[in-house]
Amino acid sequence: MNATGGTVRQKANFANIFSLRGATGPLIGLLLLCLFLTIATDSFFSLRNFLNILDQITVLGIMAVGMTFVILIGGIDLAVGSVLALSMMVLGYLNVTAGMPMAVAITGALVAAAMCGAISGLLITEFKVPAFIATLAMMSIARGLANMVTNGSQIIGFPPWFNLGAIIRHGGFLTTTVAVMLVVFVLGILYLRYRNGGRELYAIGGNPEVARLAGINVKRKTVFVYTLCSLLAGLAGILLAARLDSVQPSSGVAYELDAIAAVVIGGTSLSGGTGGVVGTLIGVLIIGVLRNGLNLLSVSPFLQAVIIGLVIALAVAAETFKHRGK
Amino acid sequence: MTVMTKSPILTLRGVCKSYGLTEVLHDMDLDIYAGEVVALLGENGAGKSTVSNVISGTVLPSAGDMTWQGARYAPANPREAIDLGVGMIHQELLLLPNLSVAENIFVGRYPMSGGRVDRRKMEEEAYKGLDRLGLEISPRRAVEGLSTANQQLIEIAKALTLNAKLLILDEPTATLGVDETRLLFDQIDRLRSEGVGIVYISHRLEEIKKIADRIVVMRDGEKVREFDTADLPVRTIVEAMVGRPLEKMFPPLAEPAQEIVLKVQGLSAANGRFSDVNFEVKKGEIFGIAGLVGAGRTDLVRAIAGADPIGSGAVLLDGRDVTPKSPEDAIVNGIVLVPEDRKLQGLVLDHSIEENIAYSNRESVAQSGWVSRARIRDFAARNIQQFGVKGIGPQIADELSGGNQQKVVIAKWLARNPRVVLLDEPTRGIDVGARSSIYEIIYALAQQGVAVVLVSSDLEEVLGVSNRILVMAAGEQAGILDHTEANDVSVMELATR
Repeated sequence: MNATGGTVRQKANFANIFSLRGATGPLIGLLLLCLFLTIATDSFFSLRNFLNILDQITVLGIMAVGMTFVILIGGIDLAVGSVLALSMMVLGYLNVTAGMPMAVAITGALVAAAMCGAISGLLITEFKVPAFIATLAMMSIARGLANMVTNGSQIIGFPPWFNLGAIIRHGGFLTTTVAVMLVVFVLGILYLRYRNGGRELYAIGGNPEVARLAGINVKRKTVFVYTLCSLLAGLAGILLAARLDSVQPSSGVAYELDAIAAVVIGGTSLSGGTGGVVGTLIGVLIIGVLRNGLNLLSVSPFLQAVIIGLVIALAVAAETFKHRGK
Repeated sequence: MTVMTKSPILTLRGVCKSYGLTEVLHDMDLDIYAGEVVALLGENGAGKSTVSNVISGTVLPSAGDMTWQGARYAPANPREAIDLGVGMIHQELLLLPNLSVAENIFVGRYPMSGGRVDRRKMEEEAYKGLDRLGLEISPRRAVEGLSTANQQLIEIAKALTLNAKLLILDEPTATLGVDETRLLFDQIDRLRSEGVGIVYISHRLEEIKKIADRIVVMRDGEKVREFDTADLPVRTIVEAMVGRPLEKMFPPLAEPAQEIVLKVQGLSAANGRFSDVNFEVKKGEIFGIAGLVGAGRTDLVRAIAGADPIGSGAVLLDGRDVTPKSPEDAIVNGIVLVPEDRKLQGLVLDHSIEENIAYSNRESVAQSGWVSRARIRDFAARNIQQFGVKGIGPQIADELSGGNQQKVVIAKWLARNPRVVLLDEPTRGIDVGARSSIYEIIYALAQQGVAVVLVSSDLEEVLGVSNRILVMAAGEQAGILDHTEANDVSVMELATR
């Protein structure tokens, strides 16, 4: 086996040159998808539609950045959809029902969301509850709390400027909500690629024991990552509230699955240690463009679900296949 | 030599194996007789594994013929080889920890009666196999929790219930202590007297001298020497393996300075694996820790490095209390650990060499927390060169040979210019060439005034490298020997106390 090292090595180097850290495949997929939709529909290829797509992916995009961090360290967070709902309800309660200023309401919503993540993180690190179970529990708890705020009913009556943030295109181009998403993406990319803290996540995902022996505080870092992921879910909730101009506790059901799908389509490995936010951005765009295109093609929502499922399976199968080829 | 008058049970003639253009085995001839132990030696990559894989049906040869008990032999897969009586015990044990011993022995071929597994028959047969090896283990207990040696013996029992006439043992003692090795050797002797042929692969030459009847030395995919006896000086064997006369493996020891760097005071593990250990390591001293497996050596160095919790006692550096609470604490104080298992604790295997080096040198590759690819690359390249790693920065760690992986682990820690280096089994499973370059690194460290602590199960190594040796027995400090008074007898006396 040792003696075959030479040829294996050459192949790996060859693959490294042509791989944008595993995001090349998804990028090609995205471009092909755009090409197809440009030819197949009249309305797909336009600035207006492109901006529409960006509007539609804001919530998913922000959640997927947090999910990327969690999956990178080899974890999973099933609670983000519920945390998003809790954040929305806290926002609505503080701002509309309790009449507090929006700044206070937003802070309160973000703190509530972050606390959910911190609790999940502590359950995982201190009580050794598997991440899947800890966040499954938090998914139920946060959903329950979100419902308890108003006993299940929705809240309306935000100040008019709040909704306009999701509508007015500054410079004819960027809504505030989309701008927030772009900032989150840029910070995510910078953090993972160029900060020591971000590099540490790769070490933890690659092998937590090696990371710990290298002096990385794996427990603290894990709690931080779950807190951050929840915080971003909370932020996504605030943007969703702005878009809908109302909040209801049933929002965000199954959003965690979309977020996980986007991360995985983008080439981040579920076993941790490889991937990144660039891939996730591509994954989010694939899901966004696919939904948009299927709508333009008037495909029924039921068939859309089937197609999106197929794309997820295909993307991951292609990635696994590539690895086996190595 | 009575065996020579008989005809061999297994012959290989002109066996070759290529992968694409790379030939990993060239024109191999080999005879194995019943009732003998043939040691197959060579550096990593010499082709030992290929030979055993060809014999055990794991890989198909590209050319050549084999005969087994006089008939043509061309196993298409391991199953066919096993059915014909050729068993291979792999280096990594392939037992299922949660199943019982009997279930492990019969996995995939459970005796059936009336459509159900006949547990009674299975346990009886398993018991017979275990009994043949003189093992007093209940076939009903789970494999989990058995010692590595016993697990190894269960693998052998499994092969025996398959009526194996030839056993291939790949580094069976790599994880065994002295006692366990002795137990294994007794069983090998027994099998030999029952007429089983054994191919024995190992890096430990001393034990080969004890167990083998003949030695076959391989280099670069070819058989280079065959010795009809194992009673040879180690030097002769090593020279045949590396293909050139060796300078002395262990250069003369330098005298350490008087200044004490590391002091361990009444140290006990939180989990009780060792207790009340006291020693001092001087500047430039190589301090060996010997003992049997389970004596608490690994636990001791892990505790000093902050990897496992300390129950009581203190670790002092230059007289200052630096008792670590986490690996981070120890690293900040310049105490680093090259851990026992490089694949599980030393490296992120599917990340690149440069990333691995960067993970333990995060301050060096960053400026106020900002990392640049270029700085990682430069930093790694410097250390790759300095520590003689055969590889380039972007290469994935998993692709390297064991010796080179170990050099990466050493490089990633020594790049920090530590005060104290704790090395836990640094040469386990590494070939002779890489081994001597690791010794060179250790000597160079000592010369620079680093305090080196070396844990090793290889007695020859501890004796050859260390200025002083701490011997541990069952979690207790059995004694400290100066290199002038230490020899295998005095160390073993303390270790088995």
